[in-house]
Amino acid sequence: MATAIRLEKTQKNPMVTLAGEDLSLDLSGALWLPAHRTLVVSDLHLEKGSSFAARSGQFLPPYDTRDTLASLHEVIARHDPARVVALGDSFHDAGGPGRMDPADHALIAALQDGRDWVWINGNHDRAVQDGIGGRFADSLTIGGLTLKHEPVPGATREIAGHLHPVGKVAMRGRSVRRRCFAADACRLVMPAFGSLTGGLNLRSPVFDGLFPDGCTAHLLGDGRVFAIGRATLARD
Amino acid sequence: MSDRLPDHGPLPPAFRRWFASRGWAPRPHQLDLLATAQAGRSALLVAPTGAGKTLAGFLPTLVDLAEKNPARSGLHTLYVSPLKALAVDIARNLDAPVAEMGLGLRVETRTGDTPSHKRTRQIARPPDILLTTPEQLALLIAHREAAELFSGLKRVVLDELHALVTSKRGDLLALGLARLHRLAPGLRATGLSATVREPEALQRYLVPQQPEPALADLIVVEGGARPDLRMLDVGRTLPLAGHTAWQSMPAIYRLIREHRLVLVFVNTRLQAEYTFQELWNLNEDGLAIALHHGSLDATQRRRVEAAMAAGTLRAVVCTATLDLGIDWGDVDLVVNIGAPKGASRIMQRIGRANHRMDEPSKAYLVPANRFEMLECRAALDAVEAAAQDTPDPRIGAPDVLAQHVLGMACAGPFDLADLYDEVRSAAPYAGLDYAEYEAVVDYVATGGYALRAYERFAKILRGSDGLWRVRDARTAQQYRMNIGTIIEAATVTVRMARGVRGKPGTLLPAGGRRLGEIEEDFAETLTPGDTFLFAGEVLRFEGLKEDEALVTRGPPGSDPAIPSYAGAKFPLSTFLAARVRALIADPSGWDRLPAQVAGYLAEQRRRSRLPGPDDLLVETFPRAGRYYLTCFPFEGRLAHQTLGMLLTRRLERARLRPLGFAANDYGLAIFCARDLSQHMQEHPGVLDALFSEDMLGDDLEDWLAESAMMKRTFRQCAVIAGLIERRHPGQRKSGRQVTISTDLIYDVLRRHQPDHLLLRAARQDAATGLLDVRRLGMMLSRIRGRIIHEALPRVSPLSVNVMLEIGRERVYGEGADEILAEAEAALIDEALGSPPPP
Repeated sequence: MATAIRLEKTQKNPMVTLAGEDLSLDLSGALWLPAHRTLVVSDLHLEKGSSFAARSGQFLPPYDTRDTLASLHEVIARHDPARVVALGDSFHDAGGPGRMDPADHALIAALQDGRDWVWINGNHDRAVQDGIGGRFADSLTIGGLTLKHEPVPGATREIAGHLHPVGKVAMRGRSVRRRCFAADACRLVMPAFGSLTGGLNLRSPVFDGLFPDGCTAHLLGDGRVFAIGRATLARD
Repeated sequence: MSDRLPDHGPLPPAFRRWFASRGWAPRPHQLDLLATAQAGRSALLVAPTGAGKTLAGFLPTLVDLAEKNPARSGLHTLYVSPLKALAVDIARNLDAPVAEMGLGLRVETRTGDTPSHKRTRQIARPPDILLTTPEQLALLIAHREAAELFSGLKRVVLDELHALVTSKRGDLLALGLARLHRLAPGLRATGLSATVREPEALQRYLVPQQPEPALADLIVVEGGARPDLRMLDVGRTLPLAGHTAWQSMPAIYRLIREHRLVLVFVNTRLQAEYTFQELWNLNEDGLAIALHHGSLDATQRRRVEAAMAAGTLRAVVCTATLDLGIDWGDVDLVVNIGAPKGASRIMQRIGRANHRMDEPSKAYLVPANRFEMLECRAALDAVEAAAQDTPDPRIGAPDVLAQHVLGMACAGPFDLADLYDEVRSAAPYAGLDYAEYEAVVDYVATGGYALRAYERFAKILRGSDGLWRVRDARTAQQYRMNIGTIIEAATVTVRMARGVRGKPGTLLPAGGRRLGEIEEDFAETLTPGDTFLFAGEVLRFEGLKEDEALVTRGPPGSDPAIPSYAGAKFPLSTFLAARVRALIADPSGWDRLPAQVAGYLAEQRRRSRLPGPDDLLVETFPRAGRYYLTCFPFEGRLAHQTLGMLLTRRLERARLRPLGFAANDYGLAIFCARDLSQHMQEHPGVLDALFSEDMLGDDLEDWLAESAMMKRTFRQCAVIAGLIERRHPGQRKSGRQVTISTDLIYDVLRRHQPDHLLLRAARQDAATGLLDVRRLGMMLSRIRGRIIHEALPRVSPLSVNVMLEIGRERVYGEGADEILAEAEAALIDEALGSPPPP
């Protein structure tokens, strides 16, 4: 029927627990580990626009880096983390740092100031190992949790990115497709944080091996995060 | 009209003999057009169907070529048609006179289907007459050999010009024509058109508007016999809403039985499916009835067309796909189901019956509800008065110009100022100012961004000689692969799957029969097991496999589960809307309406009131715990949807807690949680403020930020302008190929460069396209100070019509979060073990 449901007063950034660690799912798509004052963001894909311009002659708006960094600035200002982890594919390709505007280099340096900043290596940006501050690593262990770029089937206590999960809800002839965290008792897959990053539908078979018993999708809505079972979601 | 017949004037003897051998005489307008052409003038021929327009268009070419030195060579006449099939059909029709008069001419077509060796040959050794489409013309003028190919071109003939000029294809064609006029200074253009409201706009379109505005000559053929047009009266009371016209199906079936070949027009593909199935259920005589719409597989459509031509069909249920062009058979009756929507549209459709202009075309209008009876009456009056409501001339779209500029760089180096003059010589771009033109060129070169990030990747570059050139061969190839302005909705193929029935979820084998295409949006709402109507049968959706929707036949006798009604594609024309309002306002004319409509209006007058022809009636009333506001602007569904979005925002701000709304072609219903009648009593003047024109300012801007329709409009501009490629070298063709979400691009661009060329282009489209903002603006100014409010204890007869849309149409008041919250609630219910809602 035609009723539009009023929003309940609900927590905007809900908490989940993984391997005994409390994790706050931020509406921006970042993950906040309060006990460790650590902020995790995944798949920034900086300089994706210029990568397309260089390789295919399609001139996407060159504002993706600035836009992504502005969102990152906002969430860092809110939590004031001691440590920031960029969970891989921080640049769309290895030439990204070279093409990036000096003003954006300065923005990153300002965000890094006074913090431990870890660039986890991803598949797009493995060749980037310097020139952007911070330190580089293949993975990182925080508390009982392993943070790495690509999720490994069968692993537990793992936080990863790489897959850009999105969930789609189809109802009464309308559909809403949003980035999401995907989580079960063993692992969490993060949404892509970058402005021009697309997504992979959580119903895709790729996720079957990671979540053999299903999972909960935490979809990033306009005003808060929504928890919806994977089986309830629509396919593309 | 016949007083000039004996004088065949400029017609050479061979042609007189040919006409005589056929038992024909050349018609006056055919000779007029010939005389105009021989005097070296461009002309617009406006004539009803069946007047021999096409022959008239080609006669000057044939006469000229017959009289010329046989040693001449090269392309003489270019013919452009909106339909590939029409070009092919005309080529066939030209064969007879060319062969019978021994003219020895080469007549060829060039369409998307023309093999590449033939294309190459057509440029190396051009035919005398080439028949093609606007997209192929764009490709031809972007060719490096274009200057040579067209240097000797004498004539260009534009067919169905009235249909072409109303869209971005018309912009593209106008730019192509401007280039032709420049390459061939002696070129004369001939436009062929159905009757239009403002022929001057088309006369301008044909000739260069630089160095000064000019008009082509006008030749008008007065419309032959008056059509025999009636409203179908089935003697039953029609519902107050709904579009299926099921009550009329037996009567339509009887008409099919009584005629040779009936075209049954409907407004949407889904209505076509429904009507076809209903007629088939009634088809005890086993009459050959076929279905024709744009989503069906092309080979299936060709089969239907061939069967029409061969005279083996008795009826074809069709959509706008058969509005234009080809005479597929001896149609002796046209039936139009549902609202006519526009007077010119209905005239065009009626013209499909009986292509001899001195005999009346016979047609029935079939209203599906009582409001459509009003609309049908208004259309009958308009046709009687021979009134037209074709749209206003277009202002050329910047995205189309961007495509053209890149094409011109592919053809050869261009000078910035020269190309500006050429572009402004095209009528839709006559008012283009230089700064806007420069912005387009800058967009083509590097994306038009304030942040100059892409200079080193520029697609077109200015050389030291001051001329602009295309960067490289790859850029030119990308241009050729992405030409055109028709952005088809992303579609998926519907294919029959074999041997999987009853085993949902198993891996599906492909390889069955291809049935056609459905919109991706529609496919996305299907879940395995859903049944829906397509290609005339009930299909069961089994699953998506790559780009294909695999289906099986639905259980025999079952009803489709997915609703088969979608709103009419064409909004009610402003002109018919005004006639409908006038009909309602004037009880003295109600005797011309069916009694059930007159009675319904009388009841409205008794229970509420009737608005004057320029008033806006607003009713508020409570019903089942909610408070409703209804109004009846009669401005078409698109404008009403936009109005609904904007009013809902304002009601939200006034804390009246709007919950949603529904709109149709006639009006709008908004429902709220707070008492609107009481609020309006306490706050006099609130309605004037609510409907004030300033809603088209900030409120509109805010809404555009999130409007799905605006995002769709933007996507089309982005694709036409080449920001996003439909096809990339080495990729295969598919609507799903656009991999970067244009929604993300839209959001980023709005945040960082809100005045970017493509956002401006999308806003220009929104004014007349999916959002119809311009029409809404005209309405708001019309009703200023003319709002009449009735606070009623219960729903009025008039309001019932739009109230019935609630729940039938999507609810537009719903934001993304409401949908997500509902899905989340379902999960919580499941977890708590409560049963899912029915």
